Amino acid sequence: MRSKGLTTMRILKALAVAATVTLGGLTSPALAAGEAPPPPDTRFSFDGFFGTFDRGSLQRGFQVYKEVCSACHAMRQLSYRNLLDIGLTEEQVRALAAQFTVTDGPNDEGNMFERPARLSDRFRRPFANEQAARAANNGAYPPDLSVMVKARPNGADYLYALLTGYKDPPAGFQMQDGMNYNEWFPGHQIAMPNVLNDGQVDFADGTQATVSQMARDVTTFLAWAAEPELETRRQMGVKILIFLAILGGLVYATKRKVWADVKH
Amino acid sequence: MGMGLHNSEVKNPVLRWVDQRLPVVTMIQKEYGTFPTPRNFNYFWNFGALAMINLAIMIATGVFLAMNYTPHTAMAFDSVERIMRDVNYGWLIRYVHMNGASMFFIVVYIHIYRGMYYGSYKTPRELLWMLGVVIFLLMMATAFMGYVLPWGQMSFWGATVITNLFSAVPLIGPEIVTWLWGGFSVDNPTLNRFFSLHYLLPFVITGVVFLHVAALHVTGSNNPLGIEPKDKQDTLPFHPYYTIKDSVGIVAYLAVFAFLVFFMPNYLGHPDNYIPANPLSTPAHIVPEWYFLPFYAILRAVPDKLGGVVLMFASILVWFALPWLDTSKVRSMRFRPIARIFLFLWVISFFVLMYVGARPAEQPYVFIGQLATAYYFLWFLVLLPLLGRLEKPLPLPESISRAVLGARAALPGGGPVPAGAAAKPMDKA
Repeated sequence: MRSKGLTTMRILKALAVAATVTLGGLTSPALAAGEAPPPPDTRFSFDGFFGTFDRGSLQRGFQVYKEVCSACHAMRQLSYRNLLDIGLTEEQVRALAAQFTVTDGPNDEGNMFERPARLSDRFRRPFANEQAARAANNGAYPPDLSVMVKARPNGADYLYALLTGYKDPPAGFQMQDGMNYNEWFPGHQIAMPNVLNDGQVDFADGTQATVSQMARDVTTFLAWAAEPELETRRQMGVKILIFLAILGGLVYATKRKVWADVKH
Repeated sequence: MGMGLHNSEVKNPVLRWVDQRLPVVTMIQKEYGTFPTPRNFNYFWNFGALAMINLAIMIATGVFLAMNYTPHTAMAFDSVERIMRDVNYGWLIRYVHMNGASMFFIVVYIHIYRGMYYGSYKTPRELLWMLGVVIFLLMMATAFMGYVLPWGQMSFWGATVITNLFSAVPLIGPEIVTWLWGGFSVDNPTLNRFFSLHYLLPFVITGVVFLHVAALHVTGSNNPLGIEPKDKQDTLPFHPYYTIKDSVGIVAYLAVFAFLVFFMPNYLGHPDNYIPANPLSTPAHIVPEWYFLPFYAILRAVPDKLGGVVLMFASILVWFALPWLDTSKVRSMRFRPIARIFLFLWVISFFVLMYVGARPAEQPYVFIGQLATAYYFLWFLVLLPLLGRLEKPLPLPESISRAVLGARAALPGGGPVPAGAAAKPMDKA
């Protein structure tokens, strides 16, 4: 028993070392890439192992995306039907989709035609292609936001920090033409201007549209967009870990019984 | 019996009919039922079974991913996102496959370390060990090509960097690279062939795993003492003793796996791979997946491109020679107090290389990487051959049963035989 305990300890120690080194190794590219410091930790409803998306925040965040961000940023992985998941009713989403016009076709005469968007349509993209987007944005290409939260280290914290991080450049800082100073953007020069100003949107639920509120809500919305399965995943994970804990207890007890009269 | 039928002892008439014509039941009974297994395994001996399970999980999830994946540069990224969003439980299948690759390497690294610490590579198990190294090389190729398939930034740039290594080959290097790419850069033909090979290689791995296990069942397993079983006292039938002990390991392994999949599925990945591949924009730092970092660090430890490539391949190929580099008559490091220390240092050098591999190629990381690389090879090429000759090992126990049971080993034991144990274990004490 003694030697077995020691071996187990040794395995655990080895795993702990592996985990520590891996952890250190993996966070490093983020630091190395960052001529910007790591973003401060912001509390979100979906944080931690059991967090869920605040439905009110998701709906407000979608409103911010729709009224502000979507002027330049596409979300091509999302369809209007996905909005049913953030707590909107089917009528609401149908009406919302119908506000957008999409190109369909060809029809029986071989012509493309325009029609109101349906639940099954992808979010309408602000520009026809990358060239059009660059032409309209001083040469910069506003990236697609569908999985943005997964595409940056500490994605949600970073986006919130970025959206609230516009400042005047420090004295002596050389800015390029048309660029904006942002505390949290790598290199501090970002093509995107500061688009959030207090009172920018009118929230139907009466929430005050401060910059930090809008940034928090739209970040929540983008986190959901990147990982719409997050809540299901965590709920399933809890069930599976409980199952494995019980199974593990039973299997270990069986092992003890089988080995009970064998010295080893 | 006559008619050339196998003399089956199976009771069930249907199974018996099959077994007489194709003795699979007899074989399973022999290889996984009564198979005499050293009685003194510790939990390190779980990892072969875990690797087998992991391979099965990877193939099972991979088959379903392939049903929904599109290997085209314009569609690959979106098809993966579609799996994540619109395929029923697609996110689960993909996250299991993605984290399954990491789990596979964790399991196999521990399995390899087990072999190194307890001298499992030594005669008569040299070929068993070498087949294991072949499996590891095939795993590396498979994992590398699999990482390319989602066609994110790291997929594309990782593929570019690694395929470009072959350009260091003298004279025909550039031609080899063009041949690998199927064009003049990593592009659609590259993605297509990587997908094809990524689907093929796991079945090649399965074949070599079969050989690995077949070779194991000729020599039998090594054990923590590193001495061969001498009589029945030293072994237990594989079932139920090790089927149940492996089951404990499997549940623990599944718990770690599940925790990764359900609570931190992207922790071991790189955020850049959620940016669609863009040949016109190079990421600030191109880093491989964590399990390749030590070898990546060795590659970058040498200022010369060809030298780095040679050293990187040599760092794994040297494993093939391990049975002959280790000159000690004693297998288990339990009895080699000096060599053991240097082996631990080697493990540390491996982790240091992993750390350095993730850092940018600048000082002091380059120098630390060079030191760790030097020690990595020093261990295999100098210390191990020398220590085998110089070190006086601790005295070995007479037999496994003596070490486990003490002086009473010779006494015949009683005790109940567990139902289902086909062979009567003569070794209860």
